Amino acid sequence: MEDIIIGILNELRPEFDFTQQVDFIGEGMLDSFDIVNLVTALDERFAVSIDGMDILPENFSSVNAITALLLKNGAQS
Amino acid sequence: MNLTFHDKTITGILTLLPAKEVKFEDEMENYNFSIAKSLKLKMAMGYNTHRIFDENVCTSDLCAFGMNHLFEKDLLRKEEIDALILVTQSPDYFMPPTSNVIQGKLGLKNDIFCMDINQGCAGFLIGLIQAFMLLEQESINKVVLLNADILSRKVSKSDRNSNPLTGDAASVTIIEKNTSKNTIYGFLKMDGTGHDALIIPAGGFRMPSTPETAKMKEDAAGNFRSLDNLVMKGDDVFNFVQREVPPMVEQLLQKAGVSKEEVDFYMFHQPNKFMLNKLADKLGVPRDKMPSNIVENFGNASGVTIPTAISFNLGDKLIRESYLICLAGFGVGLTWASLLMRIEHLKFNEIIKY
Repeated sequence: MEDIIIGILNELRPEFDFTQQVDFIGEGMLDSFDIVNLVTALDERFAVSIDGMDILPENFSSVNAITALLLKNGAQS
Repeated sequence: MNLTFHDKTITGILTLLPAKEVKFEDEMENYNFSIAKSLKLKMAMGYNTHRIFDENVCTSDLCAFGMNHLFEKDLLRKEEIDALILVTQSPDYFMPPTSNVIQGKLGLKNDIFCMDINQGCAGFLIGLIQAFMLLEQESINKVVLLNADILSRKVSKSDRNSNPLTGDAASVTIIEKNTSKNTIYGFLKMDGTGHDALIIPAGGFRMPSTPETAKMKEDAAGNFRSLDNLVMKGDDVFNFVQREVPPMVEQLLQKAGVSKEEVDFYMFHQPNKFMLNKLADKLGVPRDKMPSNIVENFGNASGVTIPTAISFNLGDKLIRESYLICLAGFGVGLTWASLLMRIEHLKFNEIIKY
């Protein structure tokens, strides 16, 4: 799952290294429009619909946070 | 608050859309973002075509044009109109009310109640609720609800948050007394502490427009706008909608004793495709029951998106058929409202161009 997430992130923002242990939001690697694109891609790739209430910056701050978000919303690991 | 109305119905909807189309691709160079990133957003948000009225057109022109169309086709008669409600954020003047201007322009009778309401995204719902309340009066039998907005003129062309989504439009809805025995259920809430989530900061008495307010400045996301422009806190609005709208709709249906499956269509305000799809999924409503195709075809014209969605998606079907429809509007104010009502056998339900 993590590799797929990193692949989607790289496609969205190829200028950044998403394997780094940094806060993607705090470091400006993802903005709110990136999150819209990311959610759309994750929904499609993992056949889920991430709950709108979960679309909060902290849930996209790292690969681990995104993984937890996907699992919470029913994605298969 | 919960609301209930009896013996009232919508008998016709006319939507006016601008003939002038603007394509997202033609405006991408105005934005401070890469082409690739903008194109990805196009799909998710429903950026495609938005329609805008010419610079010299004002709200009263649109409303008069729509009503004259109905007079000419004998779908509406001047002497029948007991009340004229205009919901707009784009009035012709600060004073007088634009509804009075329209009444004078059309030569409507003096024995009439004219009213302007400053509301936005929930404007169709607020207008209907006001119409239903007016129809409680013995002397009021037919209300014309006008929704019109020309907000494209208040949006910065370099604001990718708002410009690609913003459209202009107007609608004329006729509401009358009837004896169908159908109950209309409603729900309404407001939260003025969030009034700055969608705002045009300058131009009113609080902050008059000056050369200083007209200066373009870059925001943290890279958009350029001035204080004279509309500004939307997109994240706040998104979170507010996802938090408040699903429980509102659940509560409305519960009060009416109606299951989600029994509702034929969910005609909701359309800020963007992404937000609508998330609402449909959260409510467990099939996406084809909640059309989200207005922004991509015409743009978000604030209070006019719901009548546009009804005219565009149901058209003549609503002349022949009867549907149980859940309406919901949410945004500027903050305001959120919903209505569950049967809409059936309309005299007209069409789109015309201006």
